[in-house]
Amino acid sequence: MSIDLPGFADPVAQAQSTFRAVLDAMARPGTLHDAGNTLTPPAPLAPATAAVLLTLVDHDTTLHIAPDCVAATAWLTFHCGTAPASSPASAFALARTLPDLATLNAGTDEAPESATTLVLQVAALGTGPEFTLSGPGLKSPAAFRAEGLPPDFAARWAENHALFPRGIDLILCAGTTLAAIPRSITVQEG
Amino acid sequence: MNGYNFAYLDEQTKRMIRRALLKAVAIPGHQVPFGSREMPLPYGWGTGGIQVTASVLGAGDTLKVIDQGADDTTNAVSIRRFFARTAGVATTTDTAEATIIQTRHRIPEKQLREDQIIVYQVPQPEPLSKLEPSRAETRRMHALAEYGSMHVRLYEDITRFGHVAISYDYPVMVNRRYLMAPSPIPAFDNPKMHMMPALQLFGAGREKRIYAIPPYTDVRSLDFDDHPFRTTRAPQCCALCGADDSYLDEVVTDDQGGRMFVCSDTDHCESRQAEGHTGTGEPITREAAE
Repeated sequence: MSIDLPGFADPVAQAQSTFRAVLDAMARPGTLHDAGNTLTPPAPLAPATAAVLLTLVDHDTTLHIAPDCVAATAWLTFHCGTAPASSPASAFALARTLPDLATLNAGTDEAPESATTLVLQVAALGTGPEFTLSGPGLKSPAAFRAEGLPPDFAARWAENHALFPRGIDLILCAGTTLAAIPRSITVQEG
Repeated sequence: MNGYNFAYLDEQTKRMIRRALLKAVAIPGHQVPFGSREMPLPYGWGTGGIQVTASVLGAGDTLKVIDQGADDTTNAVSIRRFFARTAGVATTTDTAEATIIQTRHRIPEKQLREDQIIVYQVPQPEPLSKLEPSRAETRRMHALAEYGSMHVRLYEDITRFGHVAISYDYPVMVNRRYLMAPSPIPAFDNPKMHMMPALQLFGAGREKRIYAIPPYTDVRSLDFDDHPFRTTRAPQCCALCGADDSYLDEVVTDDQGGRMFVCSDTDHCESRQAEGHTGTGEPITREAAE
């Protein structure tokens, strides 16, 4: 049973350091940050993915777990104290392949903060196809590389960005590394 | 400190505030509601700022707290001691040494860096509050980016006084989308928010709102093409360090109209004095000040 595997050994300090990594990643889109170094989460979760969920998800939030991640459901339910949501239009969504962003909750014009935060576990960050990010948080357009995003990611993200201030915020995790792309960011190929 | 969680707040509350902070960063300038907690100090003393700081702060951080630029006023001293006791973090008065700066109504004179976070205490997060009392209505106005009434307010100032007569809490447009209250910092500080390398977080405890400006974000003070935004400062030099470019406090020294102008940012003033800069050290008379 994956539920036997431990969560944070020091929940206060590790949740804080993971949060700072996510906050910094969100404030400086595309930059890479370490998270979850000491975690041993159950398959298929990477340490960074597990750390982000342990830090942000609890019984006040809903978490949708995509079919390719259900093996970790018992562990997430136990350690986060959350019940899995049936709809991907929940506060948090966990997946290993980019879902159709239109199925997630993009929020409303009056309450754009109610939109889904998508935690997407990818094969690798810092290598793979190159994208150029620009927008708030970036002094000048910055290069970003990720392995495991769909080939039409830039086009699909453009539809999400066009909804601003509505839209999905993306936290990408691979191994013990994370990065984020908030809805305010423009993504171009190459 | 025994009997309290690290940095006073319980983990459940921190998670709630952290989720609000992430959404605030993702939507620059948008006010995110949060479940503001009762803190061991009254509303208006920085309850919003303290909750944001408590949720962000880690054991390795160095905290600086300023009140109107000063490190040694009651509010700054008590908040700094609060975190020294409840989180055991290092505190400093040196702007360059700090990793987190909580501020009431000033931005330090020294340019902030990418590895720093500035947390503002905000009494009234809604820039439209004096024009439209209904929160339901201002939310709709933000949703539609309908900010004409604020332009009318600025225009009325120009017709009456010849210039925009807002000296603090001067409204700004963030990322060309949201009208935002920069908290009651002097308009003098507004330009520092534009493309600031540090992350800016805002907490309003009584009004239960959090908002943020990511680093390197476009922040423009509202103005007109023919009446561009201008900063003002007292046309004096600091009496202690001689600075002619810093924001000055006016200190009344007697009942004959004598006064001194000194830097509002005490750390800036002290480090300039340590470098050998000196002012006159003397109060000036009413005639000289006018």
